[in-house]
Amino acid sequence: MKSEGFLSRNISNITHILESVISAEDLCRAPGLLQGLDARVKVATVVLFIVVVGLARSLPILGAVFVLILALGLLSRIPLGLFLKRILIFIPIFTAVIAIPALFVTPGEPLVTVGTKVIITEQGARTAGLLVLRVTDSLSFGVLLILTTRWTNILAALRWFRVPSLFVAILGMTYRYILLLLHTVNSMFLARRSRTLGSLSGGENRRWLAQALGTTMAKSHHLSEEVYLAMLSRGYRDDGLVLNGLSLRRWDFLWVAFALAAASLLLWINQL
Amino acid sequence: MHIPDGYLSPATAGTMYAVAAPFWYVATTSVRQALTGRTVPVLALFAAFSFVLMMFNIPLPGGTTGHAVGGTLLAIVLGPWAAIIGISVVLGIQALFFGDGGLIAFGANCFNMAIVLPLVGYFIYRVISSNSEATSTRRLVAAVLASYIALVAAAFVAAVEFGLQPHFFHTADGTPLYCPYGLDEALPAMMGGHLLIAGPVEALTTGLVFAYLQRTHSSLIKADVPGKREGKLWLLWGALGLVALATPVGLLASGTAWGEWGVDELEDLGLGFIPSGMQRFAEWWPAPLPDYGWPRMGAVIGYILSAFAGIALVALLLWLLGRALIRKGQVSTREPPPATTDALR
Repeated sequence: MKSEGFLSRNISNITHILESVISAEDLCRAPGLLQGLDARVKVATVVLFIVVVGLARSLPILGAVFVLILALGLLSRIPLGLFLKRILIFIPIFTAVIAIPALFVTPGEPLVTVGTKVIITEQGARTAGLLVLRVTDSLSFGVLLILTTRWTNILAALRWFRVPSLFVAILGMTYRYILLLLHTVNSMFLARRSRTLGSLSGGENRRWLAQALGTTMAKSHHLSEEVYLAMLSRGYRDDGLVLNGLSLRRWDFLWVAFALAAASLLLWINQL
Repeated sequence: MHIPDGYLSPATAGTMYAVAAPFWYVATTSVRQALTGRTVPVLALFAAFSFVLMMFNIPLPGGTTGHAVGGTLLAIVLGPWAAIIGISVVLGIQALFFGDGGLIAFGANCFNMAIVLPLVGYFIYRVISSNSEATSTRRLVAAVLASYIALVAAAFVAAVEFGLQPHFFHTADGTPLYCPYGLDEALPAMMGGHLLIAGPVEALTTGLVFAYLQRTHSSLIKADVPGKREGKLWLLWGALGLVALATPVGLLASGTAWGEWGVDELEDLGLGFIPSGMQRFAEWWPAPLPDYGWPRMGAVIGYILSAFAGIALVALLLWLLGRALIRKGQVSTREPPPATTDALR
């Protein structure tokens, strides 16, 4: 691969990640149905819905859940294009590719036949559809949560659900430093590209990349020590505290009631 | 290898949380002890680094690019327990922000990539590199081999999780509810891809970065922060557990081991008769778990359970024997405390 292409690809990848994080943070602050809800309530109901999606055994139920997801997205004023781009690209498409062989190899009643030969079975089509829809639905709930909830509030909610403070503190700090390190390596790539004339061999690119990674690793190590000393000088005593600005309001209770009703209804239909 | 929600049944996903939980617990307590105070910044920075590492497109010979996990590298630099927490945190952020890996499948993803991968990688690295200099070639070879085998091991565990789904979860008419491919399809598919592509990418990345660290930052490979040295016994237990998990591989072989024929198999071998002595002794001991099978269980699960039950039984017997002997001879098994220490490793 040309070095230009490899460097550009990494730059565009990293820029894309930074952009998507920033756009998610913007959306969390905008007014909307889900944005107005308490983070604890949202985390709990999203997990509830993903479990319901996991238990659902029929295509119509999973289809209905997807309609519900789109409605929630619209009510939360998430631009439809952005939402679909985030939920449909990559994972459901990747899953569809994985599911295709299941159409042909699953034994069962014939659905599509060529001559006397059974090509696609009813069971095969159903299992492929179940897999793709289930993955799409589960993923969409996660995306809804992250596009409408501020990261600090998710951390506070996790703490409230008794996730160990060590994990929550590391999660919060890792997120901060991911953005910093991504910015740093992006600058490295940009600097390299601006100094590159012509093309370099794959071997040279790999060597350069290893140096970039090794340097970043050493930098992270050095930075961790400095950050620790900075924390210590500000009175840190090895107990992660998370700001908790969460409070339940009337809408939260209404939403919980709706989520419980919807989940029970779906599970009840599922049993029929 | 990031399993999205929908591939595993909620029951499997829940079980994997339960399996991962003790590892998280041990990792948290041992890291806290070793790092006293530094835990949060050190792990956060290295987790952030490993996120960045996973994002990189690595140029491969032949013109394509691939991604690495970097779990073995992290385990080598930070020690296996810190790597468990670091990679779990990265997987959590990937699942939440980028939909890479599911939320209820998080336990399974952590078990494969944040627990099996660094533990296997670290174990192999330590075995091959023991008593070598930080900058030695043997250490580099150890890192490369360890990262390759660890990634393949993680893929194997993931494939088993996938492959069990259609055996356990399907509708009455045989429609698989989750991942539609059984072990016979999932294992070759996953192992092929990881043995030939993902494994080499991991080994290449680990090797290149490790060699660079050896040249320029060898302190990262040796000791960094002073602290407490862990006992090495857990390495043996880890290896034993993995071997036990791999026992169903025996199911792939057909036939019976030479000389281990049962009475029923002797006839099939064309012996024509059964020696009367054999006939008499064949039935005197009714085995509680004939053919390593458990009632109402798949063959694979049965094998794994039998392996663990066997290990537990042998360990219990040896422990009882050891206690009896120590009491008799008053032998002290306590080791002197180690002199020099590397935190976490």
